[in-house]
Amino acid sequence: MDQAFLDNSLWRNIYCVLAGDSAQCASREYSSGLLPGGMEWLAFLIAAAAIIGLFVNGVLGGVIVLIWGERRLFGRFQSRTGPNRWGPFGMLTSVADAIKTMFKEDLVPAEADRILFNLAPVLIAAPALLVFSVIPFGIGTYVADLNIGVLFIMAVTSLTTLSVLTAAWSSANRIAILSALRSIALLISYEIPMALALVGIIMLAGSMSLGDIIAAQNVPFIIVQPLAFFVFFLAAMAEMARAPFDLTEAESELAAGYLNDYASMKFGIFFLAEFMAEISTSAIVTTLFLSGWRGFDPIPSHFWFGAKLIAVLFVIIWFRMTLPRLRVDQVLKFAWKGLFELTLINIVVTAILIAIWPQPTTSQLWMMAAINWPIAIISIWGVSKLLGTSSYDKPQPDADNPEYPVGSEEIPAASVYKAESTSQAQASNEGGD
Amino acid sequence: MAIKTQPVTVNLGPQHPSTHGVFRMRVMFDGEEIVDVEPIFGYLHRGSEKLAEERTYTQIVTLTDRMDYVSSMLNNQAYILAVEKLAGIEPSPRGVWLRMIASELQRIASHLVATGFLLQDLGALGTPLIYAMRERENILDLFEMICGARITNSYLRPGGVFMDAPEEFWPALERGLDDIVSTIDELEEYLSGNEIVFSRTKGTAVLSPELLINASITGPMLRASGVDWDLRHRAPYDYYGRITFERKLHTASDNYARYWVRVQEARESVKIIRQCIEQIEPGPVRPSFDDVPRLLRPPAGDAYAAIEGSKGELGFYLVSDGGISPYRMHVRASSLINLTLLRDMLIGGQFGDLFVTFGSVDLNMGEVDR
Amino acid sequence: MIGLGLRRGFVVTFKNFLRPAVTEQYPDRHVGLVGAAKEAGMNPFQFLVKKPGDSLKAIAGLATVPVAVEQSPRFRGNEFTFFEDRCTACASCAKYCPLGIIEIVSVPGKIDAQEGESYKLEVFDIDIGRCMFCGLCVEACPYDALHMGSQFERSKYVRDELIITKEELFDAEKRPSSWYRPQFEENTFDPFKETIVDHHDAGRHERPSDEDLKKKWVDER
Repeated sequence: MDQAFLDNSLWRNIYCVLAGDSAQCASREYSSGLLPGGMEWLAFLIAAAAIIGLFVNGVLGGVIVLIWGERRLFGRFQSRTGPNRWGPFGMLTSVADAIKTMFKEDLVPAEADRILFNLAPVLIAAPALLVFSVIPFGIGTYVADLNIGVLFIMAVTSLTTLSVLTAAWSSANRIAILSALRSIALLISYEIPMALALVGIIMLAGSMSLGDIIAAQNVPFIIVQPLAFFVFFLAAMAEMARAPFDLTEAESELAAGYLNDYASMKFGIFFLAEFMAEISTSAIVTTLFLSGWRGFDPIPSHFWFGAKLIAVLFVIIWFRMTLPRLRVDQVLKFAWKGLFELTLINIVVTAILIAIWPQPTTSQLWMMAAINWPIAIISIWGVSKLLGTSSYDKPQPDADNPEYPVGSEEIPAASVYKAESTSQAQASNEGGD
Repeated sequence: MAIKTQPVTVNLGPQHPSTHGVFRMRVMFDGEEIVDVEPIFGYLHRGSEKLAEERTYTQIVTLTDRMDYVSSMLNNQAYILAVEKLAGIEPSPRGVWLRMIASELQRIASHLVATGFLLQDLGALGTPLIYAMRERENILDLFEMICGARITNSYLRPGGVFMDAPEEFWPALERGLDDIVSTIDELEEYLSGNEIVFSRTKGTAVLSPELLINASITGPMLRASGVDWDLRHRAPYDYYGRITFERKLHTASDNYARYWVRVQEARESVKIIRQCIEQIEPGPVRPSFDDVPRLLRPPAGDAYAAIEGSKGELGFYLVSDGGISPYRMHVRASSLINLTLLRDMLIGGQFGDLFVTFGSVDLNMGEVDR
Repeated sequence: MIGLGLRRGFVVTFKNFLRPAVTEQYPDRHVGLVGAAKEAGMNPFQFLVKKPGDSLKAIAGLATVPVAVEQSPRFRGNEFTFFEDRCTACASCAKYCPLGIIEIVSVPGKIDAQEGESYKLEVFDIDIGRCMFCGLCVEACPYDALHMGSQFERSKYVRDELIITKEELFDAEKRPSSWYRPQFEENTFDPFKETIVDHHDAGRHERPSDEDLKKKWVDER
């Protein structure tokens, strides 16, 4: 049996109760299993199914709660109440919405490619769920602790774009295709800074396993690697197409983008996947930068994880409520000219620091942080300067001029228009009466 | 190998979340760049001008409410000025002051809506829009206090206003003005350093002043290009000659300049209202029915009166044949005329800027189609 | 350029996050324990002890309190108020209506010893479904018989039910709006608390005493 399974306390407990005292359960004493001998394979399957069921339903329940919470928070940010009619504090609103979505008519456009059209929701939901398989929610609470966990996350999250393209292409809608093209542009641009931002963390932790990364965070990596956090957070926002990078769905431009032709539960699955991506991104940020489930002892690790997750979610929602959307070219420019450079700086600096302290202790981590913060601030400032100076497309008459000159009394093109009443009106205004 | 590209024609509207009503555009894209735009409107046509030909002069006031439904008071004012000019009515002073206060309040409300929706089109997901609408709500409460309705006011009558403002209106107005200033401060605080808004709006959809003048465009759009053209100052109507105010001009003539001019004008309107409160005098709010009968029969002739509306010069042209209803009414709808340059503004721009530019024109489809 | 200026926006939204909501809940408001106790007229501890069921409900966020929307007395609502006794069936309102939605049919009526000859109002229908509440009919009424109402809840499932008949107007609760009725503002009549029972109170003049009436209508003839 793989060590990865054995570390998983949930799986091991179920398996050992079912299969009894076998080689895998040496650490615990069970007189006999519920299943007869030789049925270990069944115990294995049942334990695996139980865990999958638990995680999938847990995530879906979390999405329902998140939708409610996000709408309540939107309300608070916008000086209103948010959903409050159905159930205590409006908690059942999402449930009602889910039921309504399920009972809507399932429309497929006449010109759509039916197979791909129906496949797209599956394609988007599967990777969104897969990400959760490597995230440790607490001590011993995870599906699998892969030794390439970070790589797995990077690979799986980029699959979302494939399904967006499938959805857009199959629905034979021009607006949807525009949206899908934007989505691909975002993926290509932001995958690189996102991956490079994680290089610094991998160097510090010396492993790609999320468990090891958490173990290495005696000081949370948000303090040690501020630049990596900055880049990763923004790139993750772009990756899941949240404001200010919500170009894919750009409500005021593309209506709903690639979702234009989807109705009923197919739309519902896209919607769920979007919120799952939000939760998974927050979970990844929590794990990689906020030391995951680690905290003080009397409070259980799951609580720590949840609290940090909610804090990250709050920041994401706050971003969404505050920032207007960027234009496509600006978003791409931001990735290639801004974030990419920042990640390179981060990698170089981290590499030098690792060369000085190969196995950093807690105090050495603090010293790294002390070096990294000024570098982060200076480089962000410098890159911002670099980004801000170049102008796009049309000349800007007075973009950098804070004083707005008041135009002269003269009509600029006297030959175009003769203003007869100029002098008379002038007199009446100056007179004041 | 060069990649072969082909422009794509996309139909936006009439049911689109950002077209400010029922407006349709046939847009040709090359990638994200706009190659061609064809605006199509008329989905909200209600034949107001024709309907006016079979209504009495007082009844038409209710029609004007529904033209530009975010600035009904200004519509009322423009129409009433035309009627007064046509019938030779001398308005009563208190009524004129009251309608000036009402129309300046309406101008603030309209500019708040324009700013809020511009930010909504920028993708700020409703937050600044709701802050702006929250303040507009206070203004609508003031309208409810003086005339019993919030949107379709029908407050003005030939010769003045319908009814004097109640006692509790004046303290509420003072409070409301302070609130308005603080809300504008808040909006500006939100925007003043917002680089995303800057990078989205500055330098986009630039129009030259010559083009604007040739296209007969007025209002904040023209003033954003540095042309000092404000009817309240150039051809003062009502008692604007007794009021001093600053004309806020910007020279950039881009989307940001249009937003900036609107916000500054809202501030100036607050100052104008404060001056009106100082100068208002007691007396009747409308002439007696002996002077201005309920059923007006203006002498045969025509009259054109224009005001500085929230979106530009708003004019009413009335022709009378001596009967109880006008022979012809024509509205110089500033929204419609401001729309004419949409193509020049959009071509060559980015798809992302399409609706921002559209929002910066501050259209009202009710006024465009009438 | 990108970065530091955005901070102000975050501060503005966070300030608003901490502010109470400005929207009103209608037709009822969800309240917590304190609000529910206040509605019941006791302090929260009393409420907890005396009504444990209700207080549990309040803690769970399920207790509601009816809300009256704040309105101006001049609000032009759609529950028209009509005093048949004041109406002379002159049809001014019908003539003034821009949409022509008021239907009046009158026949020469009785001859009253006190008030003289009068018209009898047979039909007085207002088609609310097409009404735009401009208030011109109220402005036109020379005898203050027709008033705008203060209420606004008049949604119906059937279009025909939107036509208000004379009988319906007669039976309705009289809560006239003070739109174009300065006398209500002078008397500080509050349409949201009081109703008008006697049609004499709705006029713009003082009600003449019985003696004056007798003098005018009986003695002088």
